[in-house]
Amino acid sequence: MSENALIRTDTAAPGLSRIIALIVLAAALIALPFVVQALGQPALVPLATRVLIYAIAAASLNLALGFGGMVSFGHAAFFGIGGYAVGILYRTFADDALFLGFIPGTDQLLVTLPAAILAAGLFACIIGALSLRTAGVQFIMITLAFAQMLFFLFVSLKAYGGDDGMTIRRRNALFDLNTRDDVTFYFICLVIAALVFLVLWRIVGSRFGMVLAGIRQNERRMAAIGIAPYRYKLAAFVISGMGAGLAGALMANYLRFVSPDMLHWTKSGELMIMVILGGVGTLLGPLLGAAALVILETVLTGWTEHWQLVLGPILLLVVLFTQGGLNGLLTRLGLGRSAP
Amino acid sequence: MTATLLSVRGLRKRFGGLIATDGVDLDVRDGQIHALIGPNGAGKTTLLTQLFGELTHDEGAITLSGEEIGALSTPQRVKRGVARTFQINQLLPDFTMLDNVALAVQAHDGHSFRFFGNARRDEALRGRARQHLTTAGLSHRAEVKVADLSHGEQKQLEFAIALACEPRLLLLDEPMAGLGHAESEQMVAMLSALKGRVTMLLVEHDMDAVFALADRISVLVYGRVIATGTAEQIRDNPEVRTAYLGEGDA
Amino acid sequence: MQLSQRLHSPNVTAMTLVLEQLLNGLQFGVMLFLLAAGLTLIFGIMGVINLAHGSLYMVGAYAAAFAAAQTGSFLLALLAGLAAAAFIGMVMELVVLRRLYARDHLDQVLATFALILIFNQSVTILFGRQPLFVAIPPALNGSVQLLPGLTYPVYRLAIIAIGLLVALGLYLLINRTRVGMLVRAGATHREMVRALGVDIRLLYTAVFGLGALLAGLAGLMAGPILAVQVGMGEQILIMTFVVVVIGGVGSIRGAFFGALIVGLVDTSLRAFAPGLLRHVMTGSEADALGAGLASMGIYLLMAIVLLVRPKGLFPAHV
Repeated sequence: MSENALIRTDTAAPGLSRIIALIVLAAALIALPFVVQALGQPALVPLATRVLIYAIAAASLNLALGFGGMVSFGHAAFFGIGGYAVGILYRTFADDALFLGFIPGTDQLLVTLPAAILAAGLFACIIGALSLRTAGVQFIMITLAFAQMLFFLFVSLKAYGGDDGMTIRRRNALFDLNTRDDVTFYFICLVIAALVFLVLWRIVGSRFGMVLAGIRQNERRMAAIGIAPYRYKLAAFVISGMGAGLAGALMANYLRFVSPDMLHWTKSGELMIMVILGGVGTLLGPLLGAAALVILETVLTGWTEHWQLVLGPILLLVVLFTQGGLNGLLTRLGLGRSAP
Repeated sequence: MTATLLSVRGLRKRFGGLIATDGVDLDVRDGQIHALIGPNGAGKTTLLTQLFGELTHDEGAITLSGEEIGALSTPQRVKRGVARTFQINQLLPDFTMLDNVALAVQAHDGHSFRFFGNARRDEALRGRARQHLTTAGLSHRAEVKVADLSHGEQKQLEFAIALACEPRLLLLDEPMAGLGHAESEQMVAMLSALKGRVTMLLVEHDMDAVFALADRISVLVYGRVIATGTAEQIRDNPEVRTAYLGEGDA
Repeated sequence: MQLSQRLHSPNVTAMTLVLEQLLNGLQFGVMLFLLAAGLTLIFGIMGVINLAHGSLYMVGAYAAAFAAAQTGSFLLALLAGLAAAAFIGMVMELVVLRRLYARDHLDQVLATFALILIFNQSVTILFGRQPLFVAIPPALNGSVQLLPGLTYPVYRLAIIAIGLLVALGLYLLINRTRVGMLVRAGATHREMVRALGVDIRLLYTAVFGLGALLAGLAGLMAGPILAVQVGMGEQILIMTFVVVVIGGVGSIRGAFFGALIVGLVDTSLRAFAPGLLRHVMTGSEADALGAGLASMGIYLLMAIVLLVRPKGLFPAHV
């Protein structure tokens, strides 16, 4: 792990300034839809929703990558599987058919989300079990390759849109809420994001989290105290895959569309960029990173279609010259914190 | 005669053309400190690494209390009661001293698949960890990050972590290396205090420490044990003197 | 013409079709080898993962295509492709890669990913999104008859020949020269080479330069038969990763055999899977599933190899 990872896994009672900062953040996120409405910019609500969804994906990736030290270049696969879980279940529901002959479709969020999590977790288990037999550059290449394989799989599935993707007529239903409404859906995503971050925070501070952090720092030392690293890395990989799947399911709902692009390796790259922009191995970093990249992308595409030519050098400079990404920058300015 | 805790027979290891371990036979008796000395390059660390399971031997048998452990992985051997300190410190640099030891206590405890509950507030773990740190004379530095420790403190931490594994057999790889005079004396005292409760295989260059601590000494030269005996026997052994000092006729 | 239709042409037996596809597989494998050899050396010796290796392939292809269109000379196109790849490679190494040798893999991945973005967009600005057309050099145009019923394009045979020559050259370089010895030592024990007092920076630059040249060569040769377009580098790069994983990181021999295996398996699956599936299912389904299986095939192969040999088939050090 490079020195630029300002990792403080000290989960002792957060200082007063941190608690205040968190409350301010929560208040801001809750007030956001109303504020932007008042400012006459309602389109910012969908934008914020996208940020939250990507934050969930990036935070999940961060568990494996930042805390576990596993550089997975294939997390888009789990993101996409989550999305396709929603898509396939909806298509099956709309056609009143049975998927694989025995699974009925559904348009209920309370069913599709767990289904997406399970499906992504299953694939993460298989891919992780194989990939974690290796390390270093091999691991990176293998996770990339497996994700690419799944990309091709979904491209070849003509029944579910193939290369063109599949539209989802309506967002999944949740009780009687109007999920089509931007603000309602934003709050659903906000609640889920809060839950995800809470769960990740607890995991990181737990006994499991300690072992994971130990494995990241020195596997040899961990073996020497009796810990076989493989099963812990696999568990972290699966949990992180499940989180990415959850995000994918939300994204499919948000876009009302799912396509193999969700599994493209560049999507994996985007997630990693969010993680590093926000600060690897920190708890709120992924939220900052997701916000930074989504906002950057939105602003830049407004200027030029060649926005990646601007993103590229920015990313390069961040990687080469900053330590700890945005989170590290904020911490040094005395504003942020590494981890609550 | 005391029972044999660790028994090594015919251990061999080669790296291409280099024979690192050339048919080593060794018996470490329960409760004793057995020192392993020899000139640089004799293969002492390689031997320890094989005994600990980090390196797979080519031939030979490694028996712990009668049980063959040669096919077991390192974590499995640790579960059987073997622990090790490293010549080049293997610590968790982002963690504090207390974190490092508490993790070893947790690993020994065996319940690491707990996803909730704050591990740093787990008094059962932290309490025992503090005890081990106290034994190693480090309790006043418990909350310091490893990266901020002096070399001597890091070495002591290695020792504390090994203690936290509650081993039957402790493999020590040059625990005095790089220590100042006072620190060395402290380490000797700590090892002495353990005698009888923990069996130790001690690789060391510091002859004062070796002669002060060891019940038995084996001399390793070019991967072979050329002599085993008490301190007096080794001191008077002509082959040993030749190997170390180049004395006598070849 | 569909493979299955050609089966009914006179003089064409199933055997000749198989041979033809084997040759295609060999040709693809040889191109993969050119990329994999550089990549595996860079991984093995410098410990750096360079995602922008595919960009050097793309640069070689575009430079050669541009030169060919401007001058009509195949020789100039060849030189342009090689020179451009080598030059861009050197700049890449000096400006970016150098700073990454000591960094962890995540930083390397993201920095070189940033390079891909920069290269792809730059090429789009210069040449647009439409694929470039590159003509086969006249000297290598046409086909020869290898066996009764089996004619094969000269150009592809030339690629195979060049690729095998390069393989031979690399083998001699690695195994028979002093430089090669350093390369082998560096692949298995980086620190040792440094300890021997070798100017490690020079070695790194040389290795990188060689990798860039090979990538450029693969790119310029690919021009006439594959599409020269933005993104071509990444597609083949991921397959190259599979080659390196199957063959073993740091091993030229692994790169060679891995590339041939991947090339043959991939080409065979693409050629024969739909046809074979037609025996058990309807036409369009067979085509779709066949295409799917074909594109997934090598990754499944990689998974199998990983199960049995996590370090690859011919690892540099076990």
